[in-house]
Formats: sequence, structure tokens, C-alpha cells
Amino acid sequence: MARLIKTEKEIEGRYTEQWVVVDEDALEQWPAGPRDTVGRPTPRQDGSRRARGEARYTADVKLPGMLHTAVLRSPFARARVRELDMRIAKRAPGVRAVIGPDTAPLTDEPAYQGAPVAAVAADTYGQARAALALLEVEWEQLEPLLDPDEAVRRNQLVDEPSSYERGDLERGFAEADVVVEAEFRTQTVVHNSMETHQAVCHWDGGDHLTVYISTQFVWGVREDVAEHFGLPQDNVRVVCEFMGGGFGSKNGADAHTYIAAELARMTGRPVRCMLTRREENLDAGNRNATIQRLRAGVRSDGTLTALDGEFVNSNGFGGWLTSTGGPMRMLYACENVRTVEYGAKLNTPPMKAFRAPGFVEGTFGLERLMDELAAKLDLDPLELRRRNYAQHDAMDERPFSSKNLLECYRRAEPHWARRDAVRASSDETWKRGVGLASQVWYGGGGPPSYAWVRVGADARVAVVTAMQDIGTGSATAMAQIAAEELGLPIDRVEVSLGDTARGPYATVSAGSATIPSMGPAVRSAAADAARQILEIAAQRYDREQRLLSLKDGRIVCSDGGSWPLEEVTGMLESGQILGKGSRGPNPTGMRILTFGVQVAEVAVDVQTGEVRVDRIAAVHDVGRVINPLGASSQVEGGIIQGLGHTLSEERLLDPATGTILTQTLDAYKLPTFADVPVIVTDLVDEPDTHLTNLGSKGLGEPPIIPTAAAIANAIRDATGADVRSLPISREEMLRALREARERGTERVGAPAA
Amino acid sequence: MNGGAYEVDAPVGRSLADWLREDIGLTGTKIACNEGHCGACTVQVDGVPVLSCITLVHRVDGEVTTIEGLREHPMVDAFVRADALQCGFCTPGQIVSATALVAENPMPTQEEVRHAMAGNLCRCGTYPKIEEAIASWQD
Repeated sequence: MARLIKTEKEIEGRYTEQWVVVDEDALEQWPAGPRDTVGRPTPRQDGSRRARGEARYTADVKLPGMLHTAVLRSPFARARVRELDMRIAKRAPGVRAVIGPDTAPLTDEPAYQGAPVAAVAADTYGQARAALALLEVEWEQLEPLLDPDEAVRRNQLVDEPSSYERGDLERGFAEADVVVEAEFRTQTVVHNSMETHQAVCHWDGGDHLTVYISTQFVWGVREDVAEHFGLPQDNVRVVCEFMGGGFGSKNGADAHTYIAAELARMTGRPVRCMLTRREENLDAGNRNATIQRLRAGVRSDGTLTALDGEFVNSNGFGGWLTSTGGPMRMLYACENVRTVEYGAKLNTPPMKAFRAPGFVEGTFGLERLMDELAAKLDLDPLELRRRNYAQHDAMDERPFSSKNLLECYRRAEPHWARRDAVRASSDETWKRGVGLASQVWYGGGGPPSYAWVRVGADARVAVVTAMQDIGTGSATAMAQIAAEELGLPIDRVEVSLGDTARGPYATVSAGSATIPSMGPAVRSAAADAARQILEIAAQRYDREQRLLSLKDGRIVCSDGGSWPLEEVTGMLESGQILGKGSRGPNPTGMRILTFGVQVAEVAVDVQTGEVRVDRIAAVHDVGRVINPLGASSQVEGGIIQGLGHTLSEERLLDPATGTILTQTLDAYKLPTFADVPVIVTDLVDEPDTHLTNLGSKGLGEPPIIPTAAAIANAIRDATGADVRSLPISREEMLRALREARERGTERVGAPAA
Repeated sequence: MNGGAYEVDAPVGRSLADWLREDIGLTGTKIACNEGHCGACTVQVDGVPVLSCITLVHRVDGEVTTIEGLREHPMVDAFVRADALQCGFCTPGQIVSATALVAENPMPTQEEVRHAMAGNLCRCGTYPKIEEAIASWQD
């Protein structure tokens, strides 16, 4: 029965209370462990289409008469357009329409380099680009605000500061035997998805709009675009069957979509607006830089008594205030905690969510601080973390729906135990060491999300839902879930997705939400279809329905009878069995979180400051694992992105002008094959018995969270040096080594094992 | 190209990548940076990996092989089996580079793989699985 409930919904760590109508989720969870299909390594179903170059991405959409767009962007961090003459550009060859600052979201007061000011649609992209040069602009350059601390002082913020306090901080510090205080900094990094942000828009009859877009959320784009143009949502169709990466940067419609749709409306032709790689490095979002001023107090037995953090996020000219203080509030059982977070509004490109926004940055600071505490106490860093294990939610004492972090620690021990041997392999130049860091994050998903399951006479199954697979393999996981419930081999199941006109509402593919939100809906739709099949079979074979089940493509009776599924479905001829399912509610009064620990092994050249990461072992608790093969790919991908964040990636800003120096993949250093360490993945794979009919949580984000801190802690183990800012460039490494030498903590020579 | 003959009728300055994608509709070759930094647009010319986004179509002198000409190569299945792709946007370029490598050197060492593939970026981080795929392409 449909039930109206008020539920807490979380996306990327932001909670909202909202009314949702949910169908009661009456299915029992499957027992733990691998089943016929669920829990078995399964190659992705659309892998061949992607690998053979047959998958149609937004970049490949080409409609008859399609125009191309070039966008005039501000070359300055802050400016005013005194005058813009578009007349010559409008008459240029191939140009069909030009729009300027009076069309939202174009602006005549650009507040960061790359902000869109005008746009040209032409028959070819080359013509559109050429016409940009004919736009006559008189710019007034203004003084940009670039210093985040100055922005906080001036109260130039994107949001109200976020303050949190529990316990009595001063008492906590008074009870401490050891107090450490340090400032950590993390840099701005850019998502740089291989497919840049782009959309193709096409109007039908003036009031219906189709949007092909590289997105993580077709429904979010539908809502954004409908609101922007004042259309009923059903008049907007959004399509994204294949997309080339998002990592949090593609959760909404964004300027390029509005520009394409507006130009398409004016010209009556389909219009593509695609960001170049350089534009992608300017105006497609980023993980904001942070400054973290942290203080921690601990008793000599290792019990944390106080944690205090001030976090300044360099938001750029927009975005939202991420929870950089989240790990400090949530990871450990500390009674006295205070965090204050500021989102500095600067004349730099606005941030967007980037794979565990806030928590990647905050975990670097907190987990580095924990190791500095462990060193002062002369306590094993893993033991220090165990002693501060949180039995329940440290913020509001709620029980966890499930938590297997201690099991993660236990499984990390053999990797941690390698450190004597690793250290002993050091020589005069290369110092080697091992470090670890823990992780906490959300990832429980939630309603609403819906799926339909269609069974044909040939006993083949289509799972129909307007979700999107952004490259994580979530579509294959859905096929596995439906196949499991219907007792079918997976090659009889196909998933149809990525089109708001051809399937019901589904979750955003962000916040590690796809599997925990969609998986239970697909299972419940498959169960609905299975029930109908068994009802028909009971009549066809004159058996009691309760004796029948589906297994290996057959209808099986507990009296020993067994018939191919096609025998029943074949009677339908052109008829179909239609199952529907929805995501049930989250358990009330519980905190749904994901946990994990990573152990990194590094080598540091103490003469040049070069850092090599040799090995990372990742142990994560995300509930039931649907596809161990795809899951290991998610872990590797998260760690490799984390590696880039730790060692090589940085969006560099000219400090005088606020312009971006790293606009190409030559200047912005992504990890390559040569940088990749040995990665060992171990997932606890214990279903969360309180969470949905699956017990699965999300996995997209957790693996990137502890990587930077684990590497930095391994560097301390190897060298005795405390790195405190990302990326760990050679300059930062050599600075930390110098500092360690001065205070006498530098490790010299190869220690005894 | 890919065993067939094509007549190029394109304006001077057309890149090989744009000619493939826009003029003759072979969209398996992807463009991700359009300035020769990422490898997504890799095709082979006489078996040698070439960045098609910075190659002028009029300057091509040799037989071009794109992903469309490699669809039946066992490397494609090796990539799928090993889960050596996520979003898949860089994958055709990865496979073009990998097939060029194994044509010269059917059983490359890990170092040889890393050297030959270093010009193909993957933002999803499929590198370990691609190494597995290349190591097992003949299975």
C-alpha cells in the first residue's frame, strides 16, 4: 500500500526533510553472500558497445540541420561589459543567431574568468568561433577578490557559515594530555571528465523541447530546463543513454544547455553547445580548495578529548558550502567537538560536487592530525583509531543501520603488518613507509525511484527506468538484480535507461546513490512480475502457487515438477507481463553510512622530493556487493583519482589577476598508466539488514576519501616529515623534510626491521 | 581506411578526427581535448598510433585503422571481460593503442604496456584493468 511519510533525504551530505509517497517494501532480503547472479563478477552488459565505439554519447548526436555554438567568455576574473556590439557578428558567414547579456544566464558582469557573456550559433563550429572574434566588447576590468581569508573577513560568503558544537570544548582540551595544532591546505582540482559538458537541444512545435545531454541526472535537467523556459515538465524530454564521465560536475542543466535551447528556439533548428577542454577547465565546476585550522586533544591512553576545526572553503563565485568538517564531526567518538565552516565567495570559477565533496578534503586534515597525535603518544596509528571507534552516531546518538569498520580494521592488519619490511627496504635516497587512513561517508540513497519490468512471450526481460549509467556499471547491476529475482540467466535481461520520456523517475547518479536507490526498486518490480508469472503458472499446471518458484529459467514446483519459463510466457503471444516497483523508505531513527580504511605504501626520494606510491590496500564496508567486478573497478578508479588529487593535480591561478593557468590536459596533470600503484580491493560484503530489500549502499565515493591521508601518513612513516598541503609537490615534500630535520624527527638511514 | 577506399572532400585544415566523425560519420573515434594531450582520438596509420585530432586529413599518407576497423579484434573482448572500461569515452582510443602495441609485441611486459599506453588518459581510472586486458588479450 502506498504510504505518505516524511523522510530525511541525503545527497552529497546535504540532508533535507521531505514528504514522499512510498510503497511498503515487503520483500525479505536475500541471505548474505553470492547468489546465482547477484554477488558474482559480471562483465558490464554495455561494455561491448562502448568498447567497439558503437555507444552513442551526447558528443555523437548529430541532428539534421544542427547548428553549433561558440561562447564568448570573460577573459578576466572580474569585469563589466561596458558595451557589446553584436551587429557585425550577426552578419558573419554561417551565423544564424547571437545572444548577449540580456539573455539569462549570460551576464554583463562576469565574476570569474570563463563566465559566459555572449553566444553565437552558426552552421559550423568554425564559423561560430570566427564570429566570436567579431563581437566588439569594451571591458572594464575590476579588482578581483581572490584571498579566501579576506573574503571571510569581509563576509563575502556563498552561504551562512555552518557552526557545530557538542560537549564542552575547553573542558576537553583541559583534560587532554597531548594537544596538537596544525594548518592543512588542499588545492582546487577539476573533474575533467573525458566527455566535456555538452547538450543538443531541439524544439518541437514551439512548446516541446528535447535535450540530449551528458548528465548524471536526466530528471534534474528536466526540472531545471522546464523552470527556465516556463514549460510543464512533461514538455521537456531529456535523453542520456551513454555519458563520458561526470564525477559530480554534471548534476544539473547548466549554462550550456540554456544557451543551446535558447538559440534553438530562436533559429528553429537543433543546436549543439559543447564546452572545449579549455572551457571545461574554466566553467565546469571544481573541487574547491580548503584551509583547515585544526586542533586536537587526546589523553595519554589515546582517547580523543577535543576536536576543533575552522574550515575555509574557496568556493569561487557560487556553488554550495560542503561539509569539510564532516569527518571531524562523524568519524570518531569524541565528546567535545566544534567545527566552523565558511564558504568564501571569490572571483574564481564556482565549485561543484566532486566525488565525496568536503569529505575528501576534511579527511586529509583529520587523518593527518590523528597520525601526528599517534606520533606524539608513541601509539600505533591503527590502535589510536580503534580506541576512538564510534559505537553510534557521534552527532545525535542514533544507531547505525550497519557498521563494519572494526572488521575493515581487522582485514587491514595484514597490509599494515607489512610496514616493518617496507621500511627496511629503504636506502640512503629512497625512504619507504606505510600509512593508513579511515573513511566515513553517506551513500544510503533513498526514495523516490521507480522501475518497470516487462516480460515478453519469449521469456526475455526488459528493465525500464529513466536512470542513467554514468560509467559505474550500475545498469549491469540492475540486470543482475532483476535476473536474480526472476531466476533467469543475465543474458535474458536488458536494461533500458536514460530517457525521461521512456521510463519512470529515477535517482540522481551522484552521492553514491544509484545502487541503493534504484536497486531495491528494480528488485521490487522484478518480484511483482515474478508473482504474476507464478499466478499464471499455478493455473496452467494446476499447482498451488505457494509451491512454485523461478530458477534457472524454469518454473519449479516443490513436488519435483519443472517447466521452461517460455511455456507459460509463450501463451501470451503479443501479451506482456508488467511489473512495477519503487524504492521503499529508509529505516527511521538510524544513520546510514559507509566506512572503510586504506593502507598506502610509498617511497620518497629525500634528495629530490619525488614521491612514488607503490601499493594501496582498500577495505570498505558498503553493505551487500552486487557485482564484485564492477565494484573493484570503482575502488580502483576512486583511488587513482585520489592519487591525482594527492600528488599531481592542481588548478593554478595567477595570484595577481585570478586567471587560470592550467586550461589544458598538458598543464593539468591527470594520473597516467605510469603512476598507478598495486591496488588491492577487499569489500566486507555484509548486507545492511535495516536498509531496503537489498542491504546495499553506494560505492562510488568512499574509495577516494582516505587516499590522500593514507599516502601522506605513509610519507610520515617513511621520512618523519609532516606534509600538510595538497598536492604533495616536490616543493611541499622538501619543505616538510626540512622542517622535520630542523625539529629532529627526520628518519635517517634504513631503520632496523 | 579499415580495408576500404575513401575520397576526401573536405576543406583545407580539416583534422582527421573531424573528418572521421563529422564528414563520414565514424563516431567511434572520440575527441576529448582536441589538442593532442589525451589520446582519446587515437587511430592507427600503417599500424602506428596517431592522434587524429592534430593530424590534418589531407596529410595522411598510409592506411588508416579506426576502432570501427578493430571491432572483431580479440582485444575488444579482452577489455569487456576485464572490465577495462567505465564511462567508455577514452576506450576506443585505448583499444587502438593496445592493438598497435600487441601487433608489434604480442606479449608485452608490464613496463612495455605502461610505456606504450602512457599517452592514453582515462579519468575513470581503468588503468589496472586495461593492463589486465592487454595481458590476457589472447585468452
